[in-house]
Amino acid sequence: MSSYRLSAGGLIDRATSLSFTFDGRDYAGHDGDTLASALLANGRRLVGRSFKYHRPRGIVAAGSAEPNALVTIGRGGRTEPNTRATMQELYAGLEARSQNRWPSLDFDLGSLNGLFSPFLGAGFYYKTFMWPGALWEKLYEPLIRRAAGLGQATREADPDRYEKTWAHCDLLVVGSGPAGLTAALTAGRAGLRVILADEQFAFGGSLLSESARIDGMAAPDYAARCVEELRSLPSVRLLSRTTVIGWYDSNVFGAVERAQKHVAMPKGHRPLERFWRIAAKHALLATGAEERPLLFGGNDIPGVMLAGAMRSYLNRYGVAPGRRVAIATTNDSGYALARDLERAGVDLVAIIDSRTQPTISYHGRARVMSGARVTDARGGKSLSGLTVAVGGRSETLAVDALAMAGGFSPIIHLACHRGGKPVWAEEKHAFLAPQDLDGVTLAGSVTGAAGIAACLADGAAQARTVAAALGKKAAHIRADVEDDVVAAPQPPLFSLSGVKGKAFVDFQNDVHVADLGLAVREGFGHVELAKRYTTTGMATDQGKLSNANAISLLAQAHGVSPAEVGTTTFRPFYTPVSFGALTGAARGKHFQPVRKSPLHEWAAKNGAVFVEAGLWYRSSWFPRTGETGWRESVDREVLTVRAAAGLCDVSTLGKIEISGRDAATFLDRVYCNGFAKLPVGKARYGLMLREDGMIYDDGTTSRLSENRYFMTTTTAYAAGVMSHLEFCAQVLWPDLDVQMASVTDQWAQLAIAGPQSRAILQKIVDEELSEEAFGFLAAREVSLFGGRLNGLLFRISFSGELAYELAVPAGYGESVADALMAVGEAHGICAYGVEALNVLRIEKGFVTHSEINGTVTPADIGLGRMVSRTKTDFIGKAMLAREGLSDPVRLKLVGVMPLDPAASFQPGSHILREGEEATLENDQGYATSAGYSPHLKSTIGLALVVGGAERHGEQVMIWNNLRQQYTPGRICDPVFLSAAKGGQGA
Amino acid sequence: MASLISCPHCGIRPKEEYAIKGAALPRPAPDAPRSVWFDHVFLRDNPRGPYEEYWHHAGGCRRWLIVTRDTATHEVLACRDAGAEPAVTA
Repeated sequence: MSSYRLSAGGLIDRATSLSFTFDGRDYAGHDGDTLASALLANGRRLVGRSFKYHRPRGIVAAGSAEPNALVTIGRGGRTEPNTRATMQELYAGLEARSQNRWPSLDFDLGSLNGLFSPFLGAGFYYKTFMWPGALWEKLYEPLIRRAAGLGQATREADPDRYEKTWAHCDLLVVGSGPAGLTAALTAGRAGLRVILADEQFAFGGSLLSESARIDGMAAPDYAARCVEELRSLPSVRLLSRTTVIGWYDSNVFGAVERAQKHVAMPKGHRPLERFWRIAAKHALLATGAEERPLLFGGNDIPGVMLAGAMRSYLNRYGVAPGRRVAIATTNDSGYALARDLERAGVDLVAIIDSRTQPTISYHGRARVMSGARVTDARGGKSLSGLTVAVGGRSETLAVDALAMAGGFSPIIHLACHRGGKPVWAEEKHAFLAPQDLDGVTLAGSVTGAAGIAACLADGAAQARTVAAALGKKAAHIRADVEDDVVAAPQPPLFSLSGVKGKAFVDFQNDVHVADLGLAVREGFGHVELAKRYTTTGMATDQGKLSNANAISLLAQAHGVSPAEVGTTTFRPFYTPVSFGALTGAARGKHFQPVRKSPLHEWAAKNGAVFVEAGLWYRSSWFPRTGETGWRESVDREVLTVRAAAGLCDVSTLGKIEISGRDAATFLDRVYCNGFAKLPVGKARYGLMLREDGMIYDDGTTSRLSENRYFMTTTTAYAAGVMSHLEFCAQVLWPDLDVQMASVTDQWAQLAIAGPQSRAILQKIVDEELSEEAFGFLAAREVSLFGGRLNGLLFRISFSGELAYELAVPAGYGESVADALMAVGEAHGICAYGVEALNVLRIEKGFVTHSEINGTVTPADIGLGRMVSRTKTDFIGKAMLAREGLSDPVRLKLVGVMPLDPAASFQPGSHILREGEEATLENDQGYATSAGYSPHLKSTIGLALVVGGAERHGEQVMIWNNLRQQYTPGRICDPVFLSAAKGGQGA
Repeated sequence: MASLISCPHCGIRPKEEYAIKGAALPRPAPDAPRSVWFDHVFLRDNPRGPYEEYWHHAGGCRRWLIVTRDTATHEVLACRDAGAEPAVTA
């Protein structure tokens, strides 16, 4: 015996037929069905296996709290495990598969675990996998990993799009049940900007499952009328299929819209899911209440479900739960289901009421068993009967479906996401949200209110109060409700005497009553400890159904009120959120922005191999036909630069224009060396320190006119230096007249280096470039190509050769580079990349952020004499005077080479004294840079070593622990090529 | 952490537009005693309650601001331009 579709009724479109498969079998449902309702309509009760004991499980809820009916949907990259069948809309072609079973759902070998259940109780892992420790990695961990989890994620890429967006509103209404609908209407009619979000695909919440009549019409029709009016209000936005998953600071709510999870083939131009951040002036939580399961043996057998869920399947989806039905209830809500079942012609066998004196008058045909409770359910994969304790004796009932009406727990999660603790309300027998939340109001059954009329009225009243606070006057909404069943809260039912089978508290984690008892006996009775010890309230449902019962059991075990037990902490997210939704568009090539130099195309057509440097793509080397490896290309580039000339793209350097009457004073304070006396038309190398005296960044600054400077920073610190300078100007010295603008993207910058660089440049630069006219460190605006273009020319060098940097407006970069390559061809010019740049600068002992890594002072890298002794103030001056910074044992810049020129080493290798053991105490420093010098025909490197220059000539061991590589080497001067050939270094 | 910060120049903007430097402490005079400089560079209070910090509206007006936030409740109590008052002790 099983569930079946009724011949009439429900909010489904019986004219449609949607075919779908479950575990490969074909079924059909209707438009308006969920996967869960369609499975039940097809008589499919067994839908999953439980986590630990692999017990047969069926559908127990009708909404987002479902703990059992977790299935895998879709195939390939669209595979989604652990989808709640109760939240999955049915569509034609849907493919669903059950989980956690082998070889099949009906015959699952894992169910043998049930036989070992005495050994699989709370804390099983902690007790069993303790020793011997050696077995952990090889045996225990793989074993646990195999057993853990339910569904399996796909390893294929997700083909669909996701997006993130912001929304702003006066009032966010969460939930569209009776309270949410009247709240949204009240606020919308008053002209407030309203967002109404509901996790279901249809608005109306519990009204969609309700048989009461409102204003003379069926409850779903009343809901539809409200929604129709809401759609007509221009200031109201309706978000269906949208779960509000978190409440964050500043009254910002996170919400996930499942925009296309209900279609077989998502349209590529729309997102599959959309993550909303909703900034709300106020929020009204009409999130309703969750029904509590009852505790009896076998309360997890397929066919046992929550009474409210059974009512949803009956009224909303036209599905009868079985042929012979019983209702176990602690309160009046069970009688609303009884009325509806009998109206639908379903055989209701009995109402098992825990109260001796039911307060509701019942006129149906079913037998009412007062003062009775179910002790055990029977059946394997489908319910077949009950044992009922009534009047001191035991009675058996043959039924194939059972509804559990254990009372309600308000869904207060969102209200507690910002740290507020739930408050136990004795008269409501429930935890309620904390009072007086800033920016948030609760309305309807989430406050413990019972009955439709009360919820309709509460939603409207609370919205009126919110509107008044926001300066709007809102009209009353009144509605007449017939057949409203108002279930007064009742204490939870907790006698477990006579129970024989396992009574499950947490279905999803297979935690039963005995596990919680064990946790208490073993000292893990605190609610937070019990959660971790037993796993109650964990996993995808986060205890939506189990927490209330678990807390009551703990309270009972301790002999205290649930108020003293408290709850575990409610944290976002309310329901599971896909990684896709959190990632949004930021994946693949959109993971982060890509910065391309204005010379990118020039580099590309010259065959550059690019390397990612932060967001930048920099040309790394330029291979030529016949070259077999990167080293061969880099060696050629290095040799060509020193022998003839090279052109390198240095556009990625940070560039900042600084102007103002006090610009010179400002530069004097941000650099440790002097800048005030820098003449117009000259460039100067500068060191910026941090306030602690360590070097922050280096670069050149040129004085273009009296009060106008052009600063370059390193590529990596361009943004940081800009922020730092703004801080200095705005906060430290707002009295200085100085302005700055980042012009990094405005200029293409080309380094032309090598003995032939002057001759090449002279062919495109109109001004005289002789040593006299444009000497070392000259920096001026120049005219190019006979006055067709102006650029900035700097006589600076990062290679030690005669060299220039030419900045031209970004859009002209490629054509200027082309022109230089063309006129330079006769002079033997080549394009070179950052690999060659690196070798050239190591050969000359020039530092980059590999050396100035935040731990070095100017003196540490041999630039101590640059630091001004005359300036009264600059950033870092005070702390640079610390005596510790002149300690001779500080690491200082040296060069390092292997003794065997054929040997090599990597940056990061440590330096050890010859013959000493590789220990922390013996550490002498480390290599910061390394590269192959084709001039010296050896790997060379820079290093920071104790004692620095004193140790030039000393033989050492260069040790790389990762590669277990020991390279005998020698410390030397960091300037490997001392005599500059044909030019001057900077 | 507040999700939204009200910039005195740009209005309410998401926190992702801002970068935080740290405690809003006035910079000592260049000739201040060594101990004052050590405190300034290395010592920070860790108060429970209101705390003033330098925030940079890096993705907006690029002004440096002083944000007063409550370290216990995450509430942002005030946000003002940092240039309006001396940040260097005489």
